[in-house]
Amino acid sequence: MTTTATTASPRGLAGLEPALNGHQPGWLGGIRRAGLEWVAEHGFPTLGDEDWKYTRVGPILDVPFQPAVGGMKHRLSASAIDGLAGDLGGTRLVFANGYFAPELSTLMALPEGTTVTSLASVLAGDAERLEPFLARPLSSQHHAFTALNAALAEDGAFIQIPPDATIAAPIHLVFVSDAGASPLVSSPRSVVHAGARSQATIVETHVGSGGVYLTNAVTEVILEDGAQVQHYKVQDEADTAFHLAALHVRPGRDSSFSTHALALGAAIARHEVWVKLEAAGAEVTLNGLYLPDGNQHHDNPTLIEHVAPRCTSRQLYKGVLGGHGRGVFNGHIVVGPDALGTDASQTNKNLLLSDTAEVDTRPRLEILTDDVRCTHGAAVGQLDEEAVFYLRSRGVPHQQARGVLTYAFAGEMLQLIGVGPLRSRVESKVAERLNREDTDRETFR
Amino acid sequence: MLQIENLRASIGGKEILRGVNLEVHAGEVHAVMGPNGSGKSTLAQVLAGRESYDVTGKVLYEGEDLLALSPEERAAAGVFLAFQYPVEIPGVGNLYFVRTALNSLRRQQGLDELDAIDFLSLAKERMRLVEMDESFMGRSVNEGFSGGEKKRNEIFQMAVLEPKLAILDETDSGLDIDALRVVAQGVNALRSEGRAMLVITHYQRLLDYIVPDVVHVFADGQIVRSGDKDLALELEQHGYADLEQRATLASAAAPVVGATS
Ligand SMILES: Nc1ncnc2c1ncn2[C@@H]1O[C@H](COP(=O)(O)OP(=O)(O)OP(=O)(O)O)[C@@H](O)[C@H]1O
Ligand SMILES: [Mg+2]
Repeated sequence: MTTTATTASPRGLAGLEPALNGHQPGWLGGIRRAGLEWVAEHGFPTLGDEDWKYTRVGPILDVPFQPAVGGMKHRLSASAIDGLAGDLGGTRLVFANGYFAPELSTLMALPEGTTVTSLASVLAGDAERLEPFLARPLSSQHHAFTALNAALAEDGAFIQIPPDATIAAPIHLVFVSDAGASPLVSSPRSVVHAGARSQATIVETHVGSGGVYLTNAVTEVILEDGAQVQHYKVQDEADTAFHLAALHVRPGRDSSFSTHALALGAAIARHEVWVKLEAAGAEVTLNGLYLPDGNQHHDNPTLIEHVAPRCTSRQLYKGVLGGHGRGVFNGHIVVGPDALGTDASQTNKNLLLSDTAEVDTRPRLEILTDDVRCTHGAAVGQLDEEAVFYLRSRGVPHQQARGVLTYAFAGEMLQLIGVGPLRSRVESKVAERLNREDTDRETFR
Repeated sequence: MLQIENLRASIGGKEILRGVNLEVHAGEVHAVMGPNGSGKSTLAQVLAGRESYDVTGKVLYEGEDLLALSPEERAAAGVFLAFQYPVEIPGVGNLYFVRTALNSLRRQQGLDELDAIDFLSLAKERMRLVEMDESFMGRSVNEGFSGGEKKRNEIFQMAVLEPKLAILDETDSGLDIDALRVVAQGVNALRSEGRAMLVITHYQRLLDYIVPDVVHVFADGQIVRSGDKDLALELEQHGYADLEQRATLASAAAPVVGATS
């Protein structure tokens, strides 16, 4: 393993190695090595892998990526970040190419004992504090990209909320990529640790100012007993970018967690959510909206493991697919033998706007116990032509009529966004997107 | 205002309109009655611009070729269809829908759009006209509306959009007595020199409120008889059976191109 800066490998991602500058605790070195070994041993996923069945990673592996390094120059300003990611009124941590950019960030007063900072700063000063979060062995749920993140991640957000604290304003994590001329990979790793009965809202926004880059992000959320966390994720990367992300959630007893994932950008994006319900009485909600258009590919795998009794999981994912866009919903629920009283539901609805768009929807249920309530359903449809005609007969032009109906389909998801400024921002993004489709997509006759 | 000549419409090879001829002048109200399945709604939908039919024949609206216009262009030219089965549109607010419609019409007519405040006061006034509760405005278009509420919503839209040619397809079906009076009131309020209406109905009762200038009997894709308002009374007494016989005779007598029998 090198200890100096890494050079781009002609083998692309497979040849990347950590760029470490010497100082790191031994346990971390072990994690990084294990990550690389995992990749060397198992290789990158192929269409033969059950969880990657519909997403071809070849185009990503072919790119001669350079790893982003700390302290790289970027051309961003705080007002540029306002434009790209919005100002939600609370604390905002900005990461440029995966590295904390304090000059672009805004820190607000937070309840005593709360930590909202960069992972790198904790690694530099108080690394032992991170060991319980990072030093877990690679599990069966790993794949090459999460392993690579373990090997390469040097920065990201670290949020720790003390028991009983309530943070009213959303904490906004902005990951902005600025790739310049050569392809860049950033590997942010974020940890959110919500103390018992604490309450917080976390918003992740991923944006880019252009160029070819890969965001390979891992976010881990640990909820202690009775904690309540709302998580939002806006993937609005540059259309030339790749975005691979994993959200891993471990809810404590009677805790409640919700996440809303919105996929707008990137050429290929995959946002996976894995929730392991190991403590009784927890409630999780997974919502998602994906809008692939042009040649975009949006994959949304979810895995919910009901291990403990009396947990509830709710999933609602909607897709609007235009142009040659491709969407995937691959939802997997496993109810283990001890998960008595499980209540799980999963719904996926898709609207195809063109006859060249495609969606694969695959709900999978594995139930290993009785005494459970599980429902799932999937639907793929086109715009209701009766409704289109009704609008047109009232004078609404054809394309606008389609836009109104499409927006109404997506609108159900937007109304679920509980953070006002985020909702209006996302509403106008989606409206803008659907209007753009109105003018240049192939439509059904 | 409206001249229909030998209008034919078919779908999936089945001819539903089989040569409709009709002339409606500005200021007139025409009633169309006829048995189920005879093609009344098809006529209404074809006039509004429904694209799923193969249509031949000639329709002039204010001297212009109506069939050449898209549905939205027809609406902008003043054609309005109150649907027999109004469509439910989940996720689209009723008030937003009507405002979008009105402003689309105004844009196509080269007028300024109404802002939210002006629109609201107009909408409220028209809601009063059709005695519609404001709570319906925040709901999704027709979603979960009762049959009668949907019909009332059609008349509300008509009152806001103020068409020149209104086609009402069984707007009276499923209405209670009060609602019938309200709908008739909405229609009569719109009645004027410059406007015309085509009222499709199964019930003579509606025609007590909206007194028609002409009554047509529709059977088997054609108008088989026309007369004044007394024709409706006559139908009420004798039914359609007698008339359908005439229709069969009429079509057998007419030279039909390509007919083999
Ligand atoms: N898409 C279609 N395919 C086949 N037949 C159709 C289609 N649409 C309408 N029809 C037929 O055309 C005929 C006329 O229908 P239409 O709805 O115009 O009748 P109507 O006179 O309005 O009847 P009602 O009084 O019951 O409303 C019916 O026999 C109907 O089944
Ligand atoms: Mg009908």
